[in-house]
Amino acid sequence: MYAYDEIDRTLVNERVSEFRDQVKRRLSGELTEDEFKILRLQNGVYLQLHAYMFRVAIPYGTLATNQLRALAHVARKYDRGYGHFTTRQNIQFNWIKLAELPDALADLAKVGIHAMQTSGNNMRNVTSDQWAGVAPGEIEDPRIWSELIRQHTTLHPEFSFLPRKFKIAITASDHDRAAIKIHDIGLRLIKNEKGETGFEVLVGGGLGRTPFIAKTIKHFVHGRDILSYIEAILRVYNQYGRRDNIYKARIKILVHELGIEKFSREVEDEWQHIRNPSLQIDDEVIEDIRSRFTYPAYEKLPHMPDELRQAAADPDFEAWRKNSVAPHKVQGYSIVTISLKPTGGPPGDATAEQMDALADLVDKYSFGEIRVGHEQNLALPHVAKRDLPALWKALDKLGLATPNVNLITDIIACPGLDYCSLANARSIPIAQELTRRFANHELANLIGRLHINISGCINACGHHHVGHIGILGVEKNGEEVYQITIGGRADENAALGTLIGPGVKFDEVADVVEDIVEAYLALRERPEELFMDTVRRLGVEPFKERVYATR
Amino acid sequence: MTSPLEQKKIKIAGPSVVTANRTWDGIVVYRTAAKSWSADLSEAAIVRNSDEAKALLAESVADDVGAIGPYIAPVQVGADGKVQPGNLREQIRRSGVTIGQPAQV
Ligand code: HEM
Ligand code: SF4
Repeated sequence: MYAYDEIDRTLVNERVSEFRDQVKRRLSGELTEDEFKILRLQNGVYLQLHAYMFRVAIPYGTLATNQLRALAHVARKYDRGYGHFTTRQNIQFNWIKLAELPDALADLAKVGIHAMQTSGNNMRNVTSDQWAGVAPGEIEDPRIWSELIRQHTTLHPEFSFLPRKFKIAITASDHDRAAIKIHDIGLRLIKNEKGETGFEVLVGGGLGRTPFIAKTIKHFVHGRDILSYIEAILRVYNQYGRRDNIYKARIKILVHELGIEKFSREVEDEWQHIRNPSLQIDDEVIEDIRSRFTYPAYEKLPHMPDELRQAAADPDFEAWRKNSVAPHKVQGYSIVTISLKPTGGPPGDATAEQMDALADLVDKYSFGEIRVGHEQNLALPHVAKRDLPALWKALDKLGLATPNVNLITDIIACPGLDYCSLANARSIPIAQELTRRFANHELANLIGRLHINISGCINACGHHHVGHIGILGVEKNGEEVYQITIGGRADENAALGTLIGPGVKFDEVADVVEDIVEAYLALRERPEELFMDTVRRLGVEPFKERVYATR
Repeated sequence: MTSPLEQKKIKIAGPSVVTANRTWDGIVVYRTAAKSWSADLSEAAIVRNSDEAKALLAESVADDVGAIGPYIAPVQVGADGKVQPGNLREQIRRSGVTIGQPAQV
């Protein structure tokens, strides 16, 4: 867990009273919408199709149970009883009334939650691996560095009025669960030969209208220099970034237009210029942050407790365990992923009741700590293996034990035309239909790891470009049409998918996905060959043929 | 979202209304002939040519305390005079999400 200090708490409370005043002035007509819009966006408030939408930050995806209960409370009291977990370690409430927002913010502030840096052209909340601090083989807890960057950039003038929004992600494991290659800056925590902590720095990733995979700009920046190096990147960006054209304003465009070599030279020059000892981070600062992240008092537990051995006889338990339970750095413990992708349900939604009940389970089984990941699922980071069977039973009762983590029904989808004012087409009903088509978990297991990502417009909030199968909704003559890509991926081997052909209608999408999957099952050389591997081996052609032969 | 500014050159293809979101709670509202807002599409003022549309929009934009983001949206008027949203987006805005909401299922 992380303990905020007094300065943060004061800041959060001040923001609430400031916003309360702004809302009052807006409702009285003293502020026009034009004047108010930037203020509400700074507090995470968007306007959607049916209502205001309220986006709350979950820094590096770590939540304490009192915070989860506060989110449940907001869902119940001010919204329609549920919240939506997003791909950027946020939660969104879809039905908030502007007049009640200050109260909701105040209730969240009591537990240290806020909505700063969830919208606007500023530094967004720094995301991190949801398994941070517990993944085996991790070099060091990346959240220490997320927090350092957060402290440095929160409300920093230079980072508050950028040409466009700016997103940073950090990972410290070989397997990248933070999707760093699709962020404006991606940081991979590594050690140099001397054993010192530093970062491989990647820059210019992003999806949207013009997708790019981030490129490495420097192979090693020492940890103590990371703030000045990021600042140098931002200065070059601020200097060149296209404020005149919203579509060209992201750093990915700048990196692309200047070329990575020239861009890195510019950054290097700037860095040499500003890199003085005053910008170096003292070890004490890092140690102070490190000391605020606390880890549970783990017990010495057996690798294979009796409870687990006995439960293994139950095929339902085993099906869940195989997909949802991952190894932990401490023997006798596991990381448990909670699927928010029930069959027929909207991906990423959780009801107030589920959140409250989950908070109780987290207190009982995960030392009061829960995580939010970019796949729109949750994770319990510290579960003793002996507790797994009991936890599974309790989760199952709550509808939170769907055994589909990382399988074809573990779909990432944006809100789409059901909620979003920018959408061209619906996303959620497509996801729902797909979860019904592949509801047979044995079949889903047979298919193996396969990520489907759906966006309702080119803004790509559902990361469709990097889905193994990506689905993008567009509008054509007033009708919803969906473009299908295959071969994308968001991990350490990030790649953009390839369009397989003309768009298909709403009713056909699930059929097309079935065709692609059938083609894969027929084409794979052996059961262990994953969808991605087959696509890499054979390209998109055979899939294209299969899909369009009969259409 | 289409801003009113982008709609300066207003051309409408058929019967239309002005719709927006009510300021204090964000719900979908329609401009009425009585220069006010209603959550009920059947109470919306229907415009049938560009000049009418322009005038209705201008008046709606001016009422910034009442509702935000006003724009012109197509409707279909049946033989019986019944007004229906003219496209899927507006249908969803009027009738709500096309999916079950988790708290209700
Ligand atoms: C419903 C209200 C939402 C609105 C109005 C919205 C709006 C946008 C816009 C305009 C962009 C493109 C920005 C750009 O390219 O500069 C964007 C990007 C993004 N959104 Fe959303 N979004 C919404 C919901 C969500 C949700 C629910 C998620 C997660 C499931 C999400 C995740 C993202 C991500 C990850 C990106 C970055 C894609 C990239 O790298 O360019 N958004 N959003
Ligand atoms: S991808 Fe488009 S439709 Fe989906 S949430 Fe983002 S802006 Fe809305």
